[in-house]
Amino acid sequence: MNFETTIGLEVHVELKTKSKMFSPSPVAYGAESNINTNVIDFGFPGTLPTVNKEGYRLGVMVALALNAQIENHTHFDRKNYFYPDNPKAYQLTQSDKPLGHDGYIEIEVDGKKKRIGIAELHVEEDAGKNTHGNNGYSYVDLNRQGTPLIEIVSKADMHSPEEAYQYLEKLRQIVQFTGASDVKMEEGSMRVDTNISITPVGSDTYGTKVELKNLNSFNYVKLGLAYEEKRQAAVLKNGGKIEQETRRFDEKSGETVLMRVKSGADDYRYFPEPDLPDFEIKPEWVEEIKASLPEPAQERRERYINELGIPEYDAGVLTDTKEMSDFFDEAVSFGANPKLISNWLMGEVNAYLNEKKIGLLDTKLTPEHLSTMIKLISDGTISSKIAKKVFQETISNGTEPEGWVKEKGMVQESDPAVLKPMIMDILDNNQQSIDDFKNGKDRAVGFLVGQIMKQTHGQANPKVVNKILMAELNNR
Amino acid sequence: MNYLNETIDSLHKKLADKELTSKELTDQTLNGMKDKEKDISAFITVNDDAVKDAEKVDNDGIKGSLSGIPIAIKDNIVSNGIKTTAASKILYNFMPVYSATVLEKLEAAGAINIGKTNMDEFAMGSSTETSYFGDTHNPWNLDTVPGGSSGGSAAAVASGEVIAALGTDTGGSIRQPASFNGIFGIKPTYGRVSRWGVIAFASSLDQVGVMSKRVEDSATVLSAIAGHDEHDSTSSEKEVPDYRANLSKDMTGVRIAVPKEFWHEGTNPEVIAQVNKALETYKKLGATVDEVSLPALKHAVEVYYVLASSEASSNLQRYDGVRYGFRAKDVKNIKDLFVNSRSEGFGTEVKRRIMLGTFALSAGAYDAYFKKAAQVRTLFIEEMNKVLEDHDFIMGPSTTSTAFKIGDKIDDPLAMYMNDILTIPANLAGLPAASVPAGLADGMPVGLQIMARPFNEQAIFNAAYALQEENKFYEQIPTALKGED
Amino acid sequence: MISKDEILHVAELANLKLKDDEVDSFVSQLGKIVDMESNLASVDTDGVEPTYNMGDTSTTFREDKGIHTQTREQMFENVPESEDNLIKVPTIVAKEEDE
Repeated sequence: MNFETTIGLEVHVELKTKSKMFSPSPVAYGAESNINTNVIDFGFPGTLPTVNKEGYRLGVMVALALNAQIENHTHFDRKNYFYPDNPKAYQLTQSDKPLGHDGYIEIEVDGKKKRIGIAELHVEEDAGKNTHGNNGYSYVDLNRQGTPLIEIVSKADMHSPEEAYQYLEKLRQIVQFTGASDVKMEEGSMRVDTNISITPVGSDTYGTKVELKNLNSFNYVKLGLAYEEKRQAAVLKNGGKIEQETRRFDEKSGETVLMRVKSGADDYRYFPEPDLPDFEIKPEWVEEIKASLPEPAQERRERYINELGIPEYDAGVLTDTKEMSDFFDEAVSFGANPKLISNWLMGEVNAYLNEKKIGLLDTKLTPEHLSTMIKLISDGTISSKIAKKVFQETISNGTEPEGWVKEKGMVQESDPAVLKPMIMDILDNNQQSIDDFKNGKDRAVGFLVGQIMKQTHGQANPKVVNKILMAELNNR
Repeated sequence: MNYLNETIDSLHKKLADKELTSKELTDQTLNGMKDKEKDISAFITVNDDAVKDAEKVDNDGIKGSLSGIPIAIKDNIVSNGIKTTAASKILYNFMPVYSATVLEKLEAAGAINIGKTNMDEFAMGSSTETSYFGDTHNPWNLDTVPGGSSGGSAAAVASGEVIAALGTDTGGSIRQPASFNGIFGIKPTYGRVSRWGVIAFASSLDQVGVMSKRVEDSATVLSAIAGHDEHDSTSSEKEVPDYRANLSKDMTGVRIAVPKEFWHEGTNPEVIAQVNKALETYKKLGATVDEVSLPALKHAVEVYYVLASSEASSNLQRYDGVRYGFRAKDVKNIKDLFVNSRSEGFGTEVKRRIMLGTFALSAGAYDAYFKKAAQVRTLFIEEMNKVLEDHDFIMGPSTTSTAFKIGDKIDDPLAMYMNDILTIPANLAGLPAASVPAGLADGMPVGLQIMARPFNEQAIFNAAYALQEENKFYEQIPTALKGED
Repeated sequence: MISKDEILHVAELANLKLKDDEVDSFVSQLGKIVDMESNLASVDTDGVEPTYNMGDTSTTFREDKGIHTQTREQMFENVPESEDNLIKVPTIVAKEEDE
C-alpha cells in the first residue's frame, strides 16, 4: 500500500515592536523575570487593552509580503482558557476576522516550482512562561505576556517533509526581509506547529490529523514529519487506526512521542472582545504599508545578478539574510566595486564571523569602511597584503581605514617619479644583475625587486616597480 | 456632618469663604459616618488617609467646586493604596497599585475619597445582599434593601453620610438603588466615562455614574469624571459640557415618549401613580407626553442576562488565585488552585452568572444564545433610537416596586432578574438614563426614569432638575433617620 | 432545560466545583433562566448584524512606546507566593503549551 502525505503548518512569529500588543510595557528578550510587566500584563481587575499600532502595521506588512488579502473591517476576539501564564484567562486574538487571508508562498523542490497557500494570518498576544521546579511548585514569569505575535496558518498544501522544510525556509526569509521580525527559532521569535495525515494513494478522503509540537529547528520539523509519515504508514499497514492526537518530537531519539489524545473537550468559547471597538483598516493605510515594504529577497537576488553582475550562487548567499543583503547594498552605495564587495563579504568577512561565532551586526565593521578599504585596494593605495591588516583593524576596532593607513604609513608608493630614480640608482650599482638578466637568468629580476622593496620598506607598488624595472633592463 | 441640607455649591461656598476647612469637613463627615453606619452599613472600607488628603487640599488652596469635598466611591472602582474588593471574598485583601481614571479625575479636582461603598458582589444583584461584607440598610426603612448593586453608595447619600457618591450601572445598578433611596442617580451614555480601573462585570454594558440628593450635584461631579481616556478605547472623544452651568428647567415644547410596555403588569399601582404625577408635572411645564411601543422590550431581560453573563464569565476568569486576591489553601496542583480558589472565593450569585455565561458561550449554545442575543440587541437599539428620533425623552418608572424587604427575593434569582426589566434597556442601547425622585408610595421612594439620546446627559439633567424644583423631594427626610435628628 | 451533565460540564469549563446540593439547585434555577432566555428563538433575526460592543470611536490605536507604568515591586505586592521575582504556584500538571 502506498500513501499520500498531507501537511499543514501553523507558524507563530514575534513582531518586533518596542511595546506589547495590548499594553505599553517594553518588549525585550532575555530580560530579568517579571521586570517588563504592569497591571495589564498581570491581568489586574479594572485594566483594559489598547491596540499597538506598530504591532498591527507589522502584521499587515507580513501579510502583504505573503501575498495575502487584508481584512478592512475587523476586531479582536477572546480565546478563553485557564493557565498560569495566561493572566486574564483569555488570550486576545483574531478568530472571526483575521488580519489577512488567502496568501501564498512559492517554493522550489527538485527544480519544480510550487505554490503553497496561506489560509489566514492573525495578530494575537503571546503568553508568559512557566518553569517547573521539582519541589512541587511551578513558577510564572509574565515578561513575555502580551508580546505581539502573528500566526501564519498554511493551507494543507504540502505533501512531503521536504516541502514543509522549503516552505519554512522561504517563509523565514520573506518575513525576515520585511524587517517585521527577527524570526529566530532559537530565541522563540519563530515557532512551528505542524499537522500531518496520510491516506492511501487515490483515496478521496483525508487521513486523521496528528499534531506535532516541540519542533525547535527546521531540521527537526523535517525529521519529525518524516518519522510520522513512516509511523503512520506502519500503523495503517498493520490494520491499525490513526488517533487524533498531539505528539512531541524527541530530539535525542529522533522519534515522535505521544503527548495527549484530543478528547474534543477543548472549548475556548471565542467571542468578540467587548473592551475594544471594531476597527477599520483603511485601504490608504494598507497602500502606505505596501509602499514601505523593503525589497524582498527574490528581487534583490535578481538585481544583484542582472544589474551588478554578481554570480548566481554569490547572489544567493548575499540574500540569505536581510542583514547581509542590507550591508552589501549599503557598501555598494559607497562606491566600491560590487563584485569585490561580494568577494570580501563571502570570503574574509564570513571567515571572521565563523571564527568568532558572531553575527555581522555584532562586529564593528561598517559598510562604509568596507567600501573605503576596497577602494584603497582598487586604486593601488594599499597592497592586498596590507589590506588584510587593515581589515583586521577595521572589523575588530571599527577604525576608519583611509586615515589609519595614512597614520601608520602603510600607503603604497606607486608614483613612478619617486620610484624611477630609485630603480636607476639600484641598477647603476648592480651591473652583475643586469648581465645575469641579459644572459637569461630571470632570478636577477627578483633580486633587484627585493633591493627596491628593501629600500622602500616594502611599500613600493610591485606592479609599478616591475613595469619600470623591465623597461629599464631592456633599455640597458 | 449631615449633608441632607447641603449642596456642593453650599459646601463650596463655605470652603471658599474659609468658614470651614476641608479637614474640618472631612472630620465631620467621618464622625457622621461613625454614627449612621451603625444602622446603614453603607461602607466596606473607610479611607484612613482622608483627613491627610483633606489637609493637603487645604494647603494647596480651595479651587474648583469639588475642591475639598468628600465623596464616596463604590468598591468596584480601584483606588491606589486603598483596599478594593468588589464586595467579593476573592478580592478580600486586594490592594490596588493604580487608580481608576474617574478617581484620578476626582482627586485632580480636589475631591476627597472618603471610603469605598458596599455593593452586590461584582455588581451582580439588585439588593446589595450578595456582598461578602454583609447587607446595607435602606435609610427609609432599615428592614428593606437599598437596592443594588450600588446600594452602599445610594444609602450613604440618602442618609446624608456624603453629598455624592460614584456608582456603576450595568443593568440598572445606579438607577434602581437611587429610586429605592429617594435620590437622583445617572448612568451616562456608554463611552462618556472611562472604564479604566472599574472592575469589569459586563464590558459592553458597564458605565460609571453619579448619585446625589440634588440633580445639580450629580451634574457637577459628572462633568469632572467624564471624557476620553487613552486607557479606554471605548471612551468617547466628544467634548464634556459643564452640565451644572448649563442647567435649565425650561420644559416647553419638550416631547416625552412613554412606552406602553413600561406599564408592566407586575408594576405596583402606587408606583404607577407617582410616575403619572411626575408626567403630569411635565405636561404642566409645557411638555407633551406620547404613548409609544417598544415591542422588543419583552426580550430585554433575556438579551441582557445572556450578554451580561457571557461577558462576566470571561471577565471573571482572571480570579484564579495566582497573582492577587484569595488563594485557596492545601492544594496539590494548579487545577486545584484554580478550582478551589474560585469555588471558595465567589458567592452563589456570581457563580450562577459565571455558569450562565459559560453555558451561553459554549460550543453548542453560542449561536442560539450569545449570538442570537447580540442580534436581538441590534433590533432593540434600532427600536429605541427610532423612538428618540422624534422624542427628546423616553420616560417611565425606574423600578416595578419600591424597596423590598431584606431576604425577600434573594432565593428567587428569576424574580430578582425581572426587577431589572425597566432599567436594562438603557444599558443595552448604551443610552444615558437617570432616576429622579417622583414621590412616595406607602412611605417609600419612587423614581421616575428618564432616558435621552446618546451623549445628551444635559437634557436629562435639565428634565430631572425641572421635576426636582417642582416636587422638592429633597426636603423629605428618610423615615429611619427622623428619630435621630 | 439544562441537564445535570451540562451543568457539570459548564462548571468544569469555568473551573468551579459545585457541591451536590449546589448542582441540584443550579439544575433547577439555571434551567428556568435558560428557558426564559430561549424565548429569544422566537425573534426573527435573519440578516441582523449582532451588536457585540458599544465603542463610539472608529480606529483607536496606541503609539508604540515601551514604558514602565508600575515597578516590579508594586506588581508583587499582591502576589500570594513568590520566589526570585517569579510567581510561585502549585505544580502545573503537564500541558502541551509549555515550553
